[in-house]
Amino acid sequence: MKKDKRKKGFRLGYDVHTQMQLHSLMLPGTLLMLTFSIVPLFGLILAFKNYSVIEGIKGVFTSPWYGFQNFKVIFGNFDFARMLVNTLGINLIGNVVNIFMAILFALLINEIANKKFKSFVQTVTYMPHFISWVVFGGIVITMLSADGGIFNMLLLKLGIIKDPVVFMAQPQYFWAIAILSNLVKELGWSTILYTAAISGVDQELYEAADLDGASRVQKMLHVTLPCIKGTIVIMVIFAVAGIMNNNFDQLYVLQNSFNLERSEVIDTYIYKVGLQQLQFGMAAAVNIFKSVLAIILLTTANLVSNKLTDSGLF
Amino acid sequence: MNKIKSKREKRFNLMLTVVMAIIMLIVVYPVWYSLINSLNSAQSIAKNGYAMLLPGEFSLESWGNVVKNPKIFKAFGITLSRTVIVTFLQTVITAMFAYGFSRNHLTGKKFYTVLGFVSMYLNGGVIAYFILFNAMHIYNTYWVYILPALFGGFYNVIIFNTNFKSIPDSLFESAKIDGAGEYTIFFKIVIPLSKPVISALGIFTAVATWNDYTQTLYYTKSSEIQTLSYYMLSITKASASAAQLGETMSAGAASVLTTVSNSAANYKTIELACMVLSALPLIIMYPFAQKFFEKGVMVGSVKG
Repeated sequence: MKKDKRKKGFRLGYDVHTQMQLHSLMLPGTLLMLTFSIVPLFGLILAFKNYSVIEGIKGVFTSPWYGFQNFKVIFGNFDFARMLVNTLGINLIGNVVNIFMAILFALLINEIANKKFKSFVQTVTYMPHFISWVVFGGIVITMLSADGGIFNMLLLKLGIIKDPVVFMAQPQYFWAIAILSNLVKELGWSTILYTAAISGVDQELYEAADLDGASRVQKMLHVTLPCIKGTIVIMVIFAVAGIMNNNFDQLYVLQNSFNLERSEVIDTYIYKVGLQQLQFGMAAAVNIFKSVLAIILLTTANLVSNKLTDSGLF
Repeated sequence: MNKIKSKREKRFNLMLTVVMAIIMLIVVYPVWYSLINSLNSAQSIAKNGYAMLLPGEFSLESWGNVVKNPKIFKAFGITLSRTVIVTFLQTVITAMFAYGFSRNHLTGKKFYTVLGFVSMYLNGGVIAYFILFNAMHIYNTYWVYILPALFGGFYNVIIFNTNFKSIPDSLFESAKIDGAGEYTIFFKIVIPLSKPVISALGIFTAVATWNDYTQTLYYTKSSEIQTLSYYMLSITKASASAAQLGETMSAGAASVLTTVSNSAANYKTIELACMVLSALPLIIMYPFAQKFFEKGVMVGSVKG
């Protein structure tokens, strides 16, 4: 290698030996990506095929073409509209509530003067984010139980209800349960980016506002909020782009046969149709529908935010 | 004027503290609720409903049942070994890839970029994985937990990449002049200098792996390789459907608090003890790992 250096036109690092080392470092990752990310993409053609499980991996290519038949069956299914409404409803309301509360909470955390108390609040509120949905959802179900769960006991004691309510078995409560339990679990963690953005705000702006006699609330609304606008826009775009992706981990735990009417979303449907009923073509078709819609939403949200606020993701 | 302002300030601070205290209570209470009721006796729950503040009748019976249950013991072992193996290998393999990717003199960078972004934004879906895993003969084996998780995804590569690029070039140059190859530079210089980001991403991987139940739900069927999360899911589902069936039939009938049968309550305390057990490692590890979280998220946001 030392000899190479004396060669004319040699550029450090472009010799075969170094390149071999670099590419060999990247080899395991490359192979894994090809196997577990690129190869499965061929599975998407199943949406246009009449495939049956026994045909194995070869059958993905050899099974007969089916045109848009799979899509027709899905859109013809009267459950589909309901699922779409559940997917969009839970996500839309959930995201609005979550983003609003996270910004509010981040603003309030920023107002805490005592540094130790501030980091204590952050530590405590981040914690539930790391607990799995199986555990957290199980706790939620227990707390809502009609057999002595805390909500029913309190409501009975306060005389608001006469008979215990079976919250988990009544579909009309499901959206609220899903949205609020997610809020409690993720509120602290979702402030993390806003808190970081707030700490980057120029302190001189606050001093200037002080001189003008601004109150703390006024400073929040007229200094902090406009300064973190960029972060908020990015979070909203991400939320819009992910609107077709429900939190499967959460909803599958909370879902049961009684509340299915309001709890069946696209992701749980793909699991049931695909892996339980083994109708692969239909599951793949739903997946494609979902991805196309997500791409349209992402670009639209980005376009709108570029037009309205001059800031977007790309 | 000043006095009025300081009085207002004081009131504001007091209210802020109260609001924060309430939020913290709401957030922590569910965990507390499951802990005290796992330590509550089934009889007390059947008679008085679930405890709200402290166990009505302190009992270690459900914990005894959980610890003695060989199924839970096995699931715990599988989850633990899976988490350790995946966290270690995934972090090393992803960091190796990211190191190569971060070098300016890497040839064929375009190929890796396209590969990375395609793998990040496009997804074949559960069906494609089902067929693939079957063809690879890892469906319903322990390997289905390990092999697909060995690479941490391109998003993590971007985070590592940002971090590796911030290491001063002079370090690399002096190492090269001393005759160090890329392997030596990566393992002896880059890894020791990137401990914070490696710890942060490692912790995220460990938590996600520990908590995951979908891999078991989707791609296994044997009870021999159940993870703790999946075991929890199956008992939660079983007890929920049993309870709801009973509840809908007896809804409105008489007093609720006496409708819980002893055995149902007993089952429920075991379920709660199991939940606490499964969350315990995370809660114990949490204070030590906490300082890395913010760093990890922040490094990620630089990408923006």
